[in-house]
Amino acid sequence: MIDKISPSLRQAVADLHDGASIMISGFGDAGAPHELMEAVIAHGASDLTIISNNAGAGESGIAALIKANRVRKVICSFPRQAASHHFDARYRAGEVELELVPQGNLAARIQAAGSGLGAIFTPTGYGTLLAQGKETREIDGRNYVLEYPIHADFALIKARAGDRWGNLVYRKVARNFGPIMAMAAKTTIAQVAEVVELGALDPETVVTPGIFVNRVVQVAPLSVAAAA
Amino acid sequence: MQRMNREEMAARVARDIPEGAYVNLGIGLPTMVANFLPQERDIFLQSENGLLGMGPAPAEEDVDWELINAGKQPVTLLAGGSFFHHGDSFSMMRGGHIDICVLGAFQVSVNGDLANWHTGAPDAIPAVGGAMDLAVGAKQVFVMMDLMTKRGQSKLVAQCSYPLTGLSCVSRVYTDVAVFDVGPAGAHVVEMVPGMTIDQLRDMTGVDLQLALEGV
Repeated sequence: MIDKISPSLRQAVADLHDGASIMISGFGDAGAPHELMEAVIAHGASDLTIISNNAGAGESGIAALIKANRVRKVICSFPRQAASHHFDARYRAGEVELELVPQGNLAARIQAAGSGLGAIFTPTGYGTLLAQGKETREIDGRNYVLEYPIHADFALIKARAGDRWGNLVYRKVARNFGPIMAMAAKTTIAQVAEVVELGALDPETVVTPGIFVNRVVQVAPLSVAAAA
Repeated sequence: MQRMNREEMAARVARDIPEGAYVNLGIGLPTMVANFLPQERDIFLQSENGLLGMGPAPAEEDVDWELINAGKQPVTLLAGGSFFHHGDSFSMMRGGHIDICVLGAFQVSVNGDLANWHTGAPDAIPAVGGAMDLAVGAKQVFVMMDLMTKRGQSKLVAQCSYPLTGLSCVSRVYTDVAVFDVGPAGAHVVEMVPGMTIDQLRDMTGVDLQLALEGV
């Protein structure tokens, strides 16, 4: 019987390793898998490359990973925020490397990885600093920049509900990078508020099919459906 | 001469957004445009973090932190609205499905180059977000900004000195004293606040300006 449900956050992240690349979903706090990130801190893995839209704010999540000195590099679109002081300090000290990627290119490069594409030509960033040194091509009169896929060892994502086959549904804008990161990582770990029985998710509305998910871990009390 | 305040600028932009338009409003000043869209017009607001059919801010008791806009402020979803992931959201932009985006800017050049993500200062931590995707993807890019910086320098320029966001992408610039069309044909003054003249605008900006034809 295939059961992707992890009994604990600790076990869900047990095979993390130093030097791992980790995609982390979320836009602001919406969709950010805070409990999984706490488990990464407790695990102790360091020298990590974090791929996410932001570089953390406040004292939790990616900010806490940076504060704990676990992060070597951040690949993101929007590191600078009102409360991104942990990133700002380490970046200015030269302790964290930044690869700044336009948000749509970040999404497209993640999708390219998940879809098995060797590279993409994107119009975004053409003629700007962020395309400097990159190959370009004119196609049908429009200019494009060659960008390579972003793969990762792990994706940590947050969904509303999942089942033991790894099928996921999300909640509102907490969906954001979850579905595309799930496709791009070697190992995808989803934290969910609710674990449901097989068949409980309407197959017409499953957003991430279980083939893209390796582990599901529940972070809220067992639901009625799962306990039944 | 009476400069427009932020609300008046937002209301002016809103006037040019037609029924049925799919619109992305950038963070900051452009977000205010939403407050001035006439209720009787069906206009679809898209937010880069995965929603279409964005509605106004909720009452305090209805705030849901999984229903926020690109500026990370709580919003609502209109009946008929939808959620989607980031790949689809940026395909909406890059794929040319967004009719209009409204962005802020540090500088716009007379040919429509946009600089709005990075001052180029050596100690600045750059952040780009979705600005470059919107700049190249939206069918029309409107910029909303004060014409002059606080130090009295024109933000409408012959050539941008700040790092570019996109090349020849802006079509119209709404400022506190005038509205300009920009593009391959250069900058044209579409309208001015009462008391403003094109010669004054030429003095302020130092760029070549023509009056737009009647009815533009």
